[in-house]
Amino acid sequence: MIDSIIDKVNNLLRSPTTKGVVGFFDDDHECVVAATKMREAGYKHFDAITPFPVHGMEEAVGVKRSPIPYVTFVMGLTGCSAGLFLQYWTSAVDWPVLVGGMPMFSLPAFIPVTFETTILFGALSSVAAMFAFNKLPKVDPPVLDPLLTCSRFALWVPSTEPGYNEDKVKAFMEELGAKDIKSGEF
Amino acid sequence: MIERRPLVLGDKTYKDITDDICAPVEVLPSKGWILLFTGAVSLFAFYLTHMGIILGTGMGLMGTNHPVGWGTDIVTFVFWIGIGHAGTLISAILFLFRQKWRTSVARTAEAMTVFAVFTAGLFPLIHTGRPWLDFWLLPYPNQRGPLWVNFRSPLLWDVFAVSTYTTVSIVFWYVGLIPDFATLRDRAKNKIRKLVYGVLSLGWRGTTRNWSHYEIVYMLLAGLATPLVLSVHTIVSFDFAVSGLPGWHTTIFPPYFVAGAIFSGFGMVITLMVLVRAAYPAFKDYITIDHMEVMNKIIMTTGMMVGYAYASEFFIAWYSGVEVEQYAFINRATGPYWWSYWIMVTCNVVIPQLFWFKFFRRNITAMFIISIFVNIGMWFERFVITVTSLHRDFLPSNWGMYEWSWFDTAILCGSFGMFFTLFLGYLRVFPAISIAEVKPVLYVGKKKGEH
Repeated sequence: MIDSIIDKVNNLLRSPTTKGVVGFFDDDHECVVAATKMREAGYKHFDAITPFPVHGMEEAVGVKRSPIPYVTFVMGLTGCSAGLFLQYWTSAVDWPVLVGGMPMFSLPAFIPVTFETTILFGALSSVAAMFAFNKLPKVDPPVLDPLLTCSRFALWVPSTEPGYNEDKVKAFMEELGAKDIKSGEF
Repeated sequence: MIERRPLVLGDKTYKDITDDICAPVEVLPSKGWILLFTGAVSLFAFYLTHMGIILGTGMGLMGTNHPVGWGTDIVTFVFWIGIGHAGTLISAILFLFRQKWRTSVARTAEAMTVFAVFTAGLFPLIHTGRPWLDFWLLPYPNQRGPLWVNFRSPLLWDVFAVSTYTTVSIVFWYVGLIPDFATLRDRAKNKIRKLVYGVLSLGWRGTTRNWSHYEIVYMLLAGLATPLVLSVHTIVSFDFAVSGLPGWHTTIFPPYFVAGAIFSGFGMVITLMVLVRAAYPAFKDYITIDHMEVMNKIIMTTGMMVGYAYASEFFIAWYSGVEVEQYAFINRATGPYWWSYWIMVTCNVVIPQLFWFKFFRRNITAMFIISIFVNIGMWFERFVITVTSLHRDFLPSNWGMYEWSWFDTAILCGSFGMFFTLFLGYLRVFPAISIAEVKPVLYVGKKKGEH
């Protein structure tokens, strides 16, 4: 029983991997150029792995703009109305208490808390959305090369790519100037 | 055309940056660190002891009494929360303004924010007098009616402002740390390190899709933290300004408090950065004299804004024609607490004027001393606002003095023990400069290929 629960949690947290081909670059600019060529050659599911956000890489790989701002907007509005409603309901409906002759629903005095709940909901849900989109948190993500979080850049073509052929991909990477091309799991 | 100055000195590669920044985390602590940490922990223990005595015996041990009902607790709370503001200014506001120099100081400044807010947050909780009932501050369904909190009170606004600020600061800081934890994970040579940093990095992979969401969320958090930080000290100033007390009841308080907060926070950033540079000489290539100079300019600017607010308060008191208001300000400068007022003016307005001279802006010893004065001056500013306004209000029969006690001294000094324990601990286990943020600015002010 307990073992099966631990197994389930483990599987939930373990980073899923796919087989594929990886090629390395020592320069960020070369990697961007190679990624652009790869996209132009018709690759769809490939990705670049970089130690920092490289300028121009999103366009090169063809990643669409993240939808997170919509989450922030909607959740910010939710926080705003939730905060205001909480204050209205507690101060004017559930147990109205007269304070300093102010109206039961004293809107100007309710603005600061409404503002804070807007920010709180917006910020926390944006981060939650980032976690969801990036499938975090996980444990033991596959490491193709420890330098990929330090000084190396890589292009990765997973086996889910339409018409995937390992040898063809390797040859194409060679053409793009990648080094240490190898098959791996990521 | 003015040439851009390099943000990172020396001929460095991406690998060098990783090595330099990770090195302090991956070696045994130096003797200097152990010495400082022992001192900080001892002061922290001293703090906890006195806090325990105050909790056990009662608030009467401290100087707060009629007519000065707000004392060291509130003064020191505003002091620490103000310090936090510079960290958010550097990490969020300067990010939105695309100020690339912020990258190498943002991480540590933000750590300072988080720890300063932790330190600050304890004070109002103790000030309530019955800290074991502090959960009454939250609007939760209860069996007393339910009797809800009073949402028309600025003190309650403060509960929401400070708790939101704490949460968002921690989250913003942690999001920034995720890729750097992944770097430390991949460098780890022993199993426990790998496990700990592996867990902390939450399974970060560094793909373009990862970075795309990450950068958007970082920008959104900066955009949300910017109005948040301005709102926090505005609401702290409402604690005073919304009351009817002469000396507190002024409309200038929100901008005046925000400027003061940024001023004091940059004072503390300079103090800490000088220490970090001394402790880790390799960091001098990242936190350069140019960085320090820019921050000193901000100190001078905000110092003058604070000075303007001091003058404006006097003008409005005279212009209002309200006798008690006029007396409150004359009493500040010439009454029994005249010394605190003039310490404040000297430290906050006069001394930072030295930064008009390039020598002082770029001399480490000079800026360190000035930053200490700024810290002292800004504590006294809150003392002046709180105590001098309360001790003589409308009725002379209601006048009195603040009976400063040993316990006030103990918890004021002790709070530095808490702050430095957290800060020194942070320097040992977290990368103190953002690795992933410094790399993209490596070639600013340099030509690529010349390295």
